[in-house]
Amino acid sequence: MFKSMYNWIDERLDITPLWRDVADHEVPEHVNPAHHFSAFVYCFGGLTFFITVIQILSGMFLTMYYVPDIINAYASVDYLNHKVAFGGIVRGMHHFGASLVIVMMFLHTLRVFFTGSYKAPREMNWVVGMLIFFIMLGLGFTGYLLPWDNKAYFATKVGVQIAESVPYIGPYIGEFLYGGDIVGAQTLTRFFAIHVFFLPGALIAMLAAHFLMIRKQGISGPL
Amino acid sequence: MAHGHKSNEKVVYVGDSRVKKSNHPNIPPDYTSYPGKSEAFIPNFLLKEWMVGCVVLVGFLTWTIAEGAPLGYPADPTNAAFIPMPDWYFLFLYQFLKYPWVSGDYIVLGTMGVPAVMFGGLLLAPFLDTGKERRFYRRPIASSLMFLSLISCVYLTVISWNHYTHEMEATNSIPEHHVREEKAREAHEKGQEVPSATKQEDKAVALVDANDPAMDIAKKAQCVTCHAADLKGNPPQIPALTGVGDRLSKEELVETVTNGRGGMPSFKGTLTAEEIDQLTTWLSKQKAPAE
Repeated sequence: MFKSMYNWIDERLDITPLWRDVADHEVPEHVNPAHHFSAFVYCFGGLTFFITVIQILSGMFLTMYYVPDIINAYASVDYLNHKVAFGGIVRGMHHFGASLVIVMMFLHTLRVFFTGSYKAPREMNWVVGMLIFFIMLGLGFTGYLLPWDNKAYFATKVGVQIAESVPYIGPYIGEFLYGGDIVGAQTLTRFFAIHVFFLPGALIAMLAAHFLMIRKQGISGPL
Repeated sequence: MAHGHKSNEKVVYVGDSRVKKSNHPNIPPDYTSYPGKSEAFIPNFLLKEWMVGCVVLVGFLTWTIAEGAPLGYPADPTNAAFIPMPDWYFLFLYQFLKYPWVSGDYIVLGTMGVPAVMFGGLLLAPFLDTGKERRFYRRPIASSLMFLSLISCVYLTVISWNHYTHEMEATNSIPEHHVREEKAREAHEKGQEVPSATKQEDKAVALVDANDPAMDIAKKAQCVTCHAADLKGNPPQIPALTGVGDRLSKEELVETVTNGRGGMPSFKGTLTAEEIDQLTTWLSKQKAPAE
């Protein structure tokens, strides 16, 4: 039945070439842990993506309850964490997943670095990967404020103060992040917008570029 | 169908669309001819990878359920005692900026110079390390720089964490999410309702001896202008006077009324010593009823 459904769609949209490009590609022996156990280092990229998907899904559920304003933000997180069924688990996934995604991405970066996989012709993919790294750090920084507890508040205050000490453009960065002169109502709403719309949008675009390039170029050969 | 299904046309489209009608059989490529033991990504490899993913997911969920996401007390900008702490992956940068040669007068070096060189170097690594050699032990400069950066980051993170724990010990403070968790657990064990962090201000304490003549002194001295007619104050700037006896002793109250405190003016000139004594005696009786 699936085959006839596939054929029906394929006849109209000619998706087979697309499908072949996306999914039907070889996995060479030297990256397959089933053949060489040490090849598990090649799993970190996939795991990073896996955790990123968890982050996106759990984040989507969190926004069902989260309210980005200074009166209700903390109360909504409190309610979500302690009253909503499985809310604590979903928030836990998002909280610890944020750390785990950094760890996995870090290991993936080290693998790519120490296997020299960033060398020609894959320079652009390395640069895009580093941009993904910075976007992830930005997501970590903006997401830290959202629970609106003391830890969130003062860490953000210090973080923005550090950004403000940059010469010439520092005050502008500070004002952009604060949305005023202090960490307040404006800061929370704009961190929420950056965390939920701007950075994930950029992240998805970068991930698409990252995967497109690896599909085009294939995995770097054995050492 | 403008063109119909005439078979003598060179390209046959599906309906009036621009999708060519293909007559290729839909057979996936055969990987046996590829070098080594290659296999297809879907479904062969993805199934194995999915199993690894499941193990990771189970471990991750176990961790999540066992640990629980931390949540402290609501943000209070006037809290001057709170020790700020970024998330662990920013600690290396946080610690780095504490060193005298990258802060103060040299802050430009700390926020721009060194990070720009480090992150810029990382971003542009493929253009700096252009040799053909890929094995790390044949690339001594690139590899040793990376090892050095790694060691520094780990070192800075550990130092920062130690610094934080020492600071917490020195100020005798416990992370708020631990305090909160502990209180919730204690309340649960006693069978009480878990205290809500957001309802702290709602605990209204009734005025004790509202008809005491001291209340008139309070009105005369214009205490009520700031602390409100019902003496509930306007927290957090102006504290409530109801229940003040739980927080301050008679001597402290005399001191506060006589000399002022924080934003509160001195009432030495407005009230006589006798009136202050009468007022503070009454205020020190303002305690929450014993449970």
